[in-house]
Amino acid sequence: MGLIARHLESTGIPTVIAGSARDIIEQCGVPRFLFTDFPLGNPMGVPFDSGMQKTITRMALDLAVNTSFSRTTVQTPFEWHDNEWRKKFMYVGDENRELLARAGRLRKLQQEKNRQ
Amino acid sequence: MDNGKSSNDLTAHRIAVSYIDKSRDFYSAQGYGKPYRWASNLETPFTPLKKPLNECRVGLVTTATIPKPGVSLEYDPGLLKTTALFSAPSDPTPDALYTMDRSWDKEATHTLDLGSFFPLDHLKYFAEQEIIGSVSPRFYGVPTDYSQSRTSKKYAPEIYRQMQEDKVDIALLVPL
Repeated sequence: MGLIARHLESTGIPTVIAGSARDIIEQCGVPRFLFTDFPLGNPMGVPFDSGMQKTITRMALDLAVNTSFSRTTVQTPFEWHDNEWRKKFMYVGDENRELLARAGRLRKLQQEKNRQ
Repeated sequence: MDNGKSSNDLTAHRIAVSYIDKSRDFYSAQGYGKPYRWASNLETPFTPLKKPLNECRVGLVTTATIPKPGVSLEYDPGLLKTTALFSAPSDPTPDALYTMDRSWDKEATHTLDLGSFFPLDHLKYFAEQEIIGSVSPRFYGVPTDYSQSRTSKKYAPEIYRQMQEDKVDIALLVPL
């Protein structure tokens, strides 16, 4: 998405990215980024919390208006209800290393099969 | 912050997750030796908004896709799939979008509420309130592709072309 935003911006359409993968988007380099520090999947707010989602949407629109400099990141003021996901997502540790290696072998087999 | 780490533990590290670090370690543990090279740029283009927000047409870009007949919204193919670029009418808002072939935190959350990742109805609300001028007649779906060259040289110009046709003034891009 960062690359799409860069292209649109360079051809004259102002862009706002609303997302949760801060490092990926900032490293790509985009003009306006609205960051919500949630697990990947709900960058516009908690499911079924329409009030929060509207606030985040409004912040994204305001960012289009109020940004004077490229690479502007604004963070929304919301917290996920716990922090477990930070550790659990794509977790690698001694207890699952063998399982991941096996999953990788299966994944490669499936990818080869898909190519055939 | 009493769930998971205490705030003291948490603030001894950078709080925001590094997905570049996590995905590199995760795929390395699966036997993929060569880490993915993420896009990295210092120079960044910038186009100021040309008219007041309440005169602007907003176009929404998503990484989700239109559900396929016969494929459950909950079917997880286990692999990331590169799909085709698409656009679809903004009216009526689709009932659901398919997300399971994308990488997001399927353990911590879900995507059963469109508003949590595809704010089309919220944009329509702000158009009714005259905060924005209008919502683009189409929304746009961009594939998640490992190829940065395809993304920049094939998908991005096509989305630009469609947005020009639709007279879009602001693009709101929401990756899952």
